[in-house]
Amino acid sequence: MTLTRRLTALAMLSLIGLGACTGKQAPPELHLFIWANYIAPEVYQLFEQEFGVKVIEENFDSNETLRSKLQAGATGYDIIVPSDYTVEALIAQGLLAELDLSQIPNFQHISPRFRGLFYDPHNRYSIPYLWGTTGIGYNASKIETPPATWAELFDPARLERYSNRVSMLDDPRETIGAALKYLGYSVNSTDPHALEAAKNLLLAQKPYLARYDSETYDDFLLTGDLVIAHGWSGEFAKARLENPDIHYVIPREGGVIWADNLAIPKSSQRVDLAHKFIDFLLRPHINATIVNYLRYPSTNEAAQAYILPEILHDPALYPPEEIMEKLEWIRDIGDAIALYEAVWDEVKNR
Amino acid sequence: MNARILLWPGLAWLVLFFAAPLGIILLISFAHRSPQGIVSWGFNLGNYLRLVDPLYWTGPFGNSLVLAALTTIVCLILGYPVAYSIARRPAPLKNLLLFLVILPFFTNFLVRIYAWFILLRPEGWIAGVLRSVGLDLALLGSPLGVLIGLVYGYLPFMILPLYATLERLDVTLVEAAHDLGATRWQSFWRIILPLSRPGMIAGSVLVFIPVLGEFITPKLLGGGKVPMFGVLIEEKFLGRVPDWPFGAALAVTLMALVSLVLARYFHQVKESRWIG
Amino acid sequence: MDRLKRRVEQFIALALVLDTLLTYIFLYLPIGVLVLYSFSASRYALVWGGFSLDAYRRLLTDPEIAPALVNSILVASSATAIATVLGTALALALERGRVRWHRGIEILSYLPIVIPEIVMAVGLLLFFAQAVRPLLSIGGLSVSPLPTVIVGHVAFSISYVMVVVRARLRDLDKSLEEAAFDLGATSWQVLRRVTLPLLAPAILSGALLAFTLSLDDFYVTYFSTTGGSGFKTLPLYLYALQGRAAIPPQMNAVATLMLFTSLTLIALALLFHHRIRRA
Repeated sequence: MTLTRRLTALAMLSLIGLGACTGKQAPPELHLFIWANYIAPEVYQLFEQEFGVKVIEENFDSNETLRSKLQAGATGYDIIVPSDYTVEALIAQGLLAELDLSQIPNFQHISPRFRGLFYDPHNRYSIPYLWGTTGIGYNASKIETPPATWAELFDPARLERYSNRVSMLDDPRETIGAALKYLGYSVNSTDPHALEAAKNLLLAQKPYLARYDSETYDDFLLTGDLVIAHGWSGEFAKARLENPDIHYVIPREGGVIWADNLAIPKSSQRVDLAHKFIDFLLRPHINATIVNYLRYPSTNEAAQAYILPEILHDPALYPPEEIMEKLEWIRDIGDAIALYEAVWDEVKNR
Repeated sequence: MNARILLWPGLAWLVLFFAAPLGIILLISFAHRSPQGIVSWGFNLGNYLRLVDPLYWTGPFGNSLVLAALTTIVCLILGYPVAYSIARRPAPLKNLLLFLVILPFFTNFLVRIYAWFILLRPEGWIAGVLRSVGLDLALLGSPLGVLIGLVYGYLPFMILPLYATLERLDVTLVEAAHDLGATRWQSFWRIILPLSRPGMIAGSVLVFIPVLGEFITPKLLGGGKVPMFGVLIEEKFLGRVPDWPFGAALAVTLMALVSLVLARYFHQVKESRWIG
Repeated sequence: MDRLKRRVEQFIALALVLDTLLTYIFLYLPIGVLVLYSFSASRYALVWGGFSLDAYRRLLTDPEIAPALVNSILVASSATAIATVLGTALALALERGRVRWHRGIEILSYLPIVIPEIVMAVGLLLFFAQAVRPLLSIGGLSVSPLPTVIVGHVAFSISYVMVVVRARLRDLDKSLEEAAFDLGATSWQVLRRVTLPLLAPAILSGALLAFTLSLDDFYVTYFSTTGGSGFKTLPLYLYALQGRAAIPPQMNAVATLMLFTSLTLIALALLFHHRIRRA
């Protein structure tokens, strides 16, 4: 062979070799930072197979933990799942990447009611994914009349019956919000008189409470240590699978509505892949798989065709329209938050 | 040989990976609360001024102080006999017993606390037994429940240092005392107990001080109904309405107070210093 | 009078044994509960749902647990080794050495015991994210989770080792050290041949404490793992098992397995050690 031919052969072999090397690289990774136990395992497998990607998951158990890590500078995540008010905070801090909705065609399945919500009016940074409500859960076999109003948790006569068997969420906005709702105010009220009244109500309630609990109220409801609890819709729905006596109701004064959202942190290095994952999760079938696993209602209309009827027709999970109208989103109230902080400090520490 | 060789590695580590982060916390304590609850840099004494409010001292700090003291005392009472018994046994039984003290802690704290949930809950076994003798006590969500959890969590921190000092007790001293007519009780009270003082002090330090800032056990077993300083701090960092600057100020204040007490307590050691 | 004294002494001896027994029972009561509940069929860890091996089945088929276990042991061993050496050295320097700013260093070395974990965790994360990472990236290096976590663990463990060793050091019969000096030994020799062996139980106790602290640590580890690497130690793995508000029995199964593994290892180690010594 001539020299030229040898060199060419060598060059071609090198290229093939390089190509083989790059082919042997580890598959690209997608890093999630999400609620623990939030996505059905088979969904990950399907995604990994279809896109040839490895999904690596890190978890948080509260929005605040998510925020703290991101705010302190943790990077390396491609997908995060913040709740509504957290999206608001992250946008204000410039921690979220802008979404390219053209890469997320399945966005069309999102119900109009959940598009352009107050914290992200054009869905530039987030897409609502699952939602829920906050109300009262109870064990019907241990209560004479089902609760219908927040008075069940605040009226001393009724609290007397539930003494040391009732809990409230360990969450200033939710719990102060419940008191405000009972008193006829908005959960976002900044009226100092309203907050003073709420504070006194909560202080009067405290001796009857078994605990302030956002994590194990469903367990205690099942073990019988709690008879009535302030909590989230999906948790009571899951508990009912274990004990059909557990019910959930949104009081007639109204409750809180919230939504979990998919978002991409600005520090992500795999923004395109993240978009694909979001789009994947919004596929009706996939979304339904997750809903059936988690028992939280979905923002995805097309997914309803695949969601289990018992979830779809559960008024606790998909409340009727007249109740939906009474639900309020917890919103950022700017500096007035100091009022809430003061109330909560007193309620917890007196 | 120079003391510096012994001193510098540990000191450097502490300075770099503890004092530096602590410095950041100190800076944060002088900052403003940003609208999202974290840091808006600036110089602000407001966080420290807020601490003038007795609300933070009568409830959380008072409870933390009392519970820390009670935990230490109970740990001493329960732990001393255990350390003493173990120290007197021959090896390998001695080592096995020591490991058995700490083995429960090779599980996971959350799992252990949930086990206490099961044990202490109002419809649980222990509450039932108490009710049958006429005591209707709320264990979860009460200071008593928190105390039980704290004692449980910190017992090894008392037993291990105690064991370390009791282990090589000079038996000849005790024998000599017996020869001179002392009773077992006297030899214990006048010889063994005083000699084990450094161990008791070390154990007390390792229990009392961390319990002051403890938040997981009080938060879970107390159910938010037992105000504690550590829980307050945690809420300011990880709560729904965060306030990092104020949380930092609370933490710095706690550490400053403890430092003051430690500084007064530590007298210069007059004994031999032979490392140059 | 003598009989009364003997009665009192017998009573005290009995009380001692009883107290020790009760304390061990106290220590293992929750352990018994968690082992029992690891066999619960319920999806909720506080609820007894009938006997089932489901939790173990799910556990043993979970690919995440082995790396978590390995990481936990790796981190705990490394951190304990480093912290024990540094903490012992620090104790020696403060107790036997002539050191400037003695009181300041003392107070600094006690502060990790005071500081609430969450504060240290947040401080460390801020330090790593805002100071260390930018500095390292100048040199083209990046922060990987394992050393980051170990660094944090050592930082809080040094103090615990130091306190335990110092207590023993203070208590030590100085005549032995003095005798060694009289016999012409250098400082280094005295340290190596007299002081350190006498300190052995304290060093062991300190190491045990450090190991336990590291194995069980959550907050410092959690906040030190940036980069989305998915690095998990056992506490982080257990945390990840929790749903939004549920605690699966898998946690109890993990704890039970850890318990019996540790027990077996310790028993074997002690047996081995004893055999060697007798041989």
